[in-house]
Amino acid sequence: MLEFKHVYKKYADGTVAVKDLNLKINKGEFVCFIGPSGCGKTTTMKMINRLIDVTEGTILVDGKDITNQDPVQLRRSIGYVIQQIGLMPHMTIKENIVLVGTLLKWPEEKKDRRAHELLKLVDMPEEYLDRYPHELSGGQQQRIGVLRALAVNPPLILMDEPFGALDPITRDSLQEEFKKLQRELDKTIIFVTHDMDEALKLADKIVIMRSGEIVQADTPDEILRNPANEFVEEFLGRERLIQGKPDVTTVKQIMSTSPVTVQTATPLKEAVSLMRDRRVDSLLVVDEDNVLKGFFDIEMVNLNHKKVTIVDELMETNVFSVAEDSLLRETVHKILRRGMKYVPVVDDHKHLKGIVTRATLANLVYDTIWGDGTEMEENSRVME
Amino acid sequence: MLEFLSANWNDLLVKTWEHFYISLAAIILGVIVAVPLGILLSRVPKFAGRFISFIGILQTIPSLAILAFFIPILGVGKLPAIVALFFYSLLPILRNTYIGVQGVNDSVIEAGKGMGMNDWQSIIKMELPLSLPVIMAGIRLSTVYLIGWATLASFIGGGGLGDFIFDGLNLYQPALIVAGTVPATILAVIADRSLAVVENKLTPEGLKDSYNAV
Repeated sequence: MLEFKHVYKKYADGTVAVKDLNLKINKGEFVCFIGPSGCGKTTTMKMINRLIDVTEGTILVDGKDITNQDPVQLRRSIGYVIQQIGLMPHMTIKENIVLVGTLLKWPEEKKDRRAHELLKLVDMPEEYLDRYPHELSGGQQQRIGVLRALAVNPPLILMDEPFGALDPITRDSLQEEFKKLQRELDKTIIFVTHDMDEALKLADKIVIMRSGEIVQADTPDEILRNPANEFVEEFLGRERLIQGKPDVTTVKQIMSTSPVTVQTATPLKEAVSLMRDRRVDSLLVVDEDNVLKGFFDIEMVNLNHKKVTIVDELMETNVFSVAEDSLLRETVHKILRRGMKYVPVVDDHKHLKGIVTRATLANLVYDTIWGDGTEMEENSRVME
Repeated sequence: MLEFLSANWNDLLVKTWEHFYISLAAIILGVIVAVPLGILLSRVPKFAGRFISFIGILQTIPSLAILAFFIPILGVGKLPAIVALFFYSLLPILRNTYIGVQGVNDSVIEAGKGMGMNDWQSIIKMELPLSLPVIMAGIRLSTVYLIGWATLASFIGGGGLGDFIFDGLNLYQPALIVAGTVPATILAVIADRSLAVVENKLTPEGLKDSYNAV
């Protein structure tokens, strides 16, 4: 879709804004360029639609070198949303939305239809079409700015800190709205921002830049998990890295490795006394190879203790478990959503390896809030 | 006074028409030259400052002297009067056009360019409509000044209401001076008001509210 090959931007006074930039962006990707001001992120973006010309190297859009294309035609084929919104104050909302259509000499009814279609995408009533930009709130204006970029349905859209000037609440809702829109419409987005939260929230791929060079280009998860160097770590901030940790923590790291179990064929009486001794209300049942077979809890014992003699007859065999290497955040999600008290952890062959209980989670929350996250492993081992 | 009016009624109408005609011709020429020139200058801001101060120097030449300068080149009559007044109309229109176009919000211009407007479309669709209130202010200012200065045209045989005023001065007849001055003033007021109406008509709807508020 979009490819940078050894792209340089040098100015006459000798400053090098972009240095040997190589990057490939696939169709439908949401790519955030991020970095401190003056890192070359905006320059990089503006080189794509030739608002700034490349000094050296090539940029390919859909396999075609942009320097061989007429800049005016090129710009009409690429959506563009700028930071200060930049709606034409003397044109109605409708005229603003279909501006590129007007430049392409679309017939009136086609423009009309398109304007109505687009306004529906952002749930704004039709009477706004005849209003002027100054009659709209900042958030509404930027919605129109986004719609304007979508008007002629370009496959590629460039956005230069589009939500930067909005208040946090409006920004948040617009980000969500836009992410949804992008998924629906399957557009390739190049998004420049200096707000790491925004990038983490929206991007499929984050490109971190410093003094004209790419420091790291990867998925948000990968960047949080493996920051390329100190600069990236610092840019992400300590707080985010700690927050990011549970995201990448696996169940294995936090699980309790000594769950209370009974062997199959254990008499029920024995199992009940084990429950009493260990002060637990349910037991996991394993066979001699430590393969998880099922579980039962105190309620099941109460209901059936007269009918059964060994645990095999009592236990529920349909037991939900997670793998050792599954992500903690997904496990937490499952535990909370299914209202479970605990979840057993097993390896590939169903051997019981450990257990994650609600108490483990409570500990984890405690560490995230008060600890620095490194104690969590020890803590969870001591538990129970 | 009434006696004077009834005797010179015809003459007064003719002179007023002449006055109007000279001013109008000069101002139209001024608009035709200064507006495009102002837009052109906004494309080369480095050069623009120097150019505008040069025009400013021209403006400081006393109007009587300018009129006299044109006699050897263009002779006497209406043409040199119109040409001289045209030079005076340039500065306010030029400066306001330049400032108006320069003052158009950069983000709007960048958005237009990024959308794929070429230079011509950028001028016609954005820069002119958006700077129109400022340009019109320059034209109105120029017009009012010009109607005043057009009285000097009578010195080089251009006619106009100046004829009454200078006759009145030479013959010491206050009635003649008043007969020249009052219509010139009325003309200036009417011209200013009409241009205000034109400006209101031409100002894009979307700008009116925000503009009136200021």
